[in-house]
Amino acid sequence: MKEIKVGLGTCGISAGGKMVYNEFKDKLSQNNLDIEVKQTGCMGMCYNEVLVEVVDNGDSYLYSKVSSDNVEKIVNEHIIGNHPVDEWIATSRKNIEKDPFFKKQKRIVLQNCGIIDPGSIDDYILYDGYKAIKKALQKYSQLEVIDIVCNSGIRGRGGGGFPTGVKWKFSYEAPGDSKYIICNADEGDPGAFMDRSILEGNPHSVLEGMMIAGYAIGAQEAYIYIRAEYPLALKRLKTAIGDCEKKGYLGENIFGSNVSFTIKIKEGAGAFVCGEETALIASIEGKRGVPRLRPPFPAHKGLWQNPTNINNVETFANISWIILNGADKFASMGTEKSKGTKVFALAGKIARSGLAEVPMGMTINEIVYDIGGGIKDGKKFKAVQIGGPSGGCIPASMGDMKIDYEEVTKTGAIMGSGGLIVLDNTTCMVDLAKYFLNFTQNESCGKCTFCRIGTKRMLEILERITLGKGRENDIELLEDLAEKIKNSSLCGLGQTAPNPVLTTIKYFRDEYEAHIIEKRCPAHSCAALLTYTINENCTGCTLCAKKCPVNAISGEVKEIHEIDQDACIKCGLCFNACKVGAIDKL
Amino acid sequence: MTVLKIPEKKREVKNFKIDLLTKKDHKGALIPLLQSAQDSYGYIPEKAIYYISEIVKIPAARIYGVITFYSQFRLKPLGKNVIRICEGTACYVNGSKSVLEVLQDELGIGLDETTDDGLFSLQSVACLGCCSLAPVMMINDETYGNLTSKKIKKAIKEYSFAK
Ligand SMILES: Cc1cc2nc3c(=O)[nH]c(=O)nc-3n(C[C@H](O)[C@H](O)[C@H](O)COP(=O)(O)O)c2cc1C
Ligand code: SF4
Ligand code: SF4
Ligand code: FES
Ligand code: FES
Repeated sequence: MKEIKVGLGTCGISAGGKMVYNEFKDKLSQNNLDIEVKQTGCMGMCYNEVLVEVVDNGDSYLYSKVSSDNVEKIVNEHIIGNHPVDEWIATSRKNIEKDPFFKKQKRIVLQNCGIIDPGSIDDYILYDGYKAIKKALQKYSQLEVIDIVCNSGIRGRGGGGFPTGVKWKFSYEAPGDSKYIICNADEGDPGAFMDRSILEGNPHSVLEGMMIAGYAIGAQEAYIYIRAEYPLALKRLKTAIGDCEKKGYLGENIFGSNVSFTIKIKEGAGAFVCGEETALIASIEGKRGVPRLRPPFPAHKGLWQNPTNINNVETFANISWIILNGADKFASMGTEKSKGTKVFALAGKIARSGLAEVPMGMTINEIVYDIGGGIKDGKKFKAVQIGGPSGGCIPASMGDMKIDYEEVTKTGAIMGSGGLIVLDNTTCMVDLAKYFLNFTQNESCGKCTFCRIGTKRMLEILERITLGKGRENDIELLEDLAEKIKNSSLCGLGQTAPNPVLTTIKYFRDEYEAHIIEKRCPAHSCAALLTYTINENCTGCTLCAKKCPVNAISGEVKEIHEIDQDACIKCGLCFNACKVGAIDKL
Repeated sequence: MTVLKIPEKKREVKNFKIDLLTKKDHKGALIPLLQSAQDSYGYIPEKAIYYISEIVKIPAARIYGVITFYSQFRLKPLGKNVIRICEGTACYVNGSKSVLEVLQDELGIGLDETTDDGLFSLQSVACLGCCSLAPVMMINDETYGNLTSKKIKKAIKEYSFAK
């Protein structure tokens, strides 16, 4: 029996997955073949999209970079002729242990992502789905469930890293009749897509984790707060919830127990700060998403003043594995204080960008080189940015560092939710710091003066540095402002906003100094600090002079041209226009 | 369904979903109501604000405060085609800045603006979720990855002619 699966996550669809899917359906029906074409979620190898898996008598073959033009050949040779088209195959399930991308990974959260059909509850059940909640309801008391989660050592995957079991216990012990569970699916970190891929690829795993949490703390109602820009994840969640309701897995007396549990969806409306738990709660209540002072913590006074337990998508997606496999097995992975695995979204200047789940404590180099295949286009590895706008840049020289909550925090970055952006020597660190500050400055809710105005001042300083107008004590000024913002902000947004600046100053101070003192951008990225000159390759074709908007280029036809540096506005048009590489950008 | 007392003039604005009202209370209904208003009109018309204000019993001024807090909500209609350029980190380090420059040059508008002919609106988003194709933009529901200035110009031309 053969079966075909096409990866239809957001990135698969963007790469043309739907066309491939339809083409397979057409070609199969033209050949009167009764073979199922299924959709599945992110397989992790986003760099190889469109991905198609052909399941064939126990083994399966993963075709990479499939376009609709490839489909006919795959159908004719593999499906009909039984000869896999070797040159297009990335790996097979049997050989997955050998594939460099998968070899070092440990897949718990992602174990069924890219394998099951996210739109089918039966598929989820086939892969041990909803066994954990049944086990919890039948075998364990509420406190026993909480104990298991405590003993597993799992910490929140949303960024803060607070022990999940301890949090559940707070909500369990908090007095109150109506308690709530909230799943934080706001994923605001720009350039991170772990939660989205989990929701798109295996939505039921998140629902099951929420059910177990609901039973443990005694909550009967739950909300999923999902980012507005995730239409596909939203659709798949809605289907999943509907299917659960039909089967009696959600509603009154779930799985025939005396426990009731419902899950509702709330769509976010585009505000990064709403990822912060108290702002998120305000947003569900229909208000402006402004954080408030804690304590009281949501565990005591959360949604509509009731005890509320809020966890991240990935945190919930770990829970059923823990219940089924035991706390010890989970705790056997990772480092002393960070247990289990972490999903990272690898992106940026990396050869194999995608989704990787690794045991806590893996080194940066292992992730970048062994899994990610090193830097794209043979450039030089410079740093990783981890933790998004709240995190920081860790230089390549620290590549042997083990990634876990404690180690990352020591560098001045934070673990964050799992965005891992790889940077090469063409990325300017000052410019990157400016990028993140621009983001946080825009997203500050405006409640705290230092977060609102301080970030703006920092941004202005960074802007003038990248324009070559930096002043001598600007670095000290940035550090001073950063300290004040960290100390006088109410929520995590303000408290961590200076991190990208502080870590780049800490590890790349020479780059700041080059900008400020020498008026030079070592990465050749800040436009205002570049110098364009013409070298002896110039054939005098006059193309550049024709393009220059300010007539800064002079020279006779067939003679070497020259750029008047005072007149040049550094637009780069000449550089792009020259066909013989005679213009240097320095 | 709750009976609403709405002045005759404002009642014209009513063809968006108000099935939320059948629920026992209106707890937290404001944002979903605004979202469905925007779904049906493409933006939130002033009349809708008054209408919703009646439903949820929240003063219009406060609703206005909520609308302006969230970047999703618009008080003005959008152009026929919406271009959303990704300004996420992966796209940024892969050159989204120059993508934006090309777009601004081609369309003659800045972010959050609409061309005079109403054909294009330009917006930015933080990560479209296909970072492996960075830099990325979306035109309506179609994603364009690995952008170059040539690809961008070609895409815009297609939409300009497809009036
Ligand atoms: C500005 C800001 C944004 C945040 N964004 C998110 C987010 O997108 N997703 C998330 O799960 N947690 C986010 N958090 C963390 C949450 O406040 C909260 O700690 C988390 O959802 C708890 O879940 P966990 O214990 O499972 O990690 C954010 C925090 C801050 C301060
Ligand atoms: S720190 Fe910034 S985002 Fe957080 S509450 Fe204060 S102003 Fe708002
Ligand atoms: S960079 Fe621009 S302004 Fe300067 S010489 Fe070249 S074309 Fe002229
Ligand atoms: S493999 Fe496509 S989203 Fe990851
Ligand atoms: S950063 Fe642009 S798609 Fe993710």
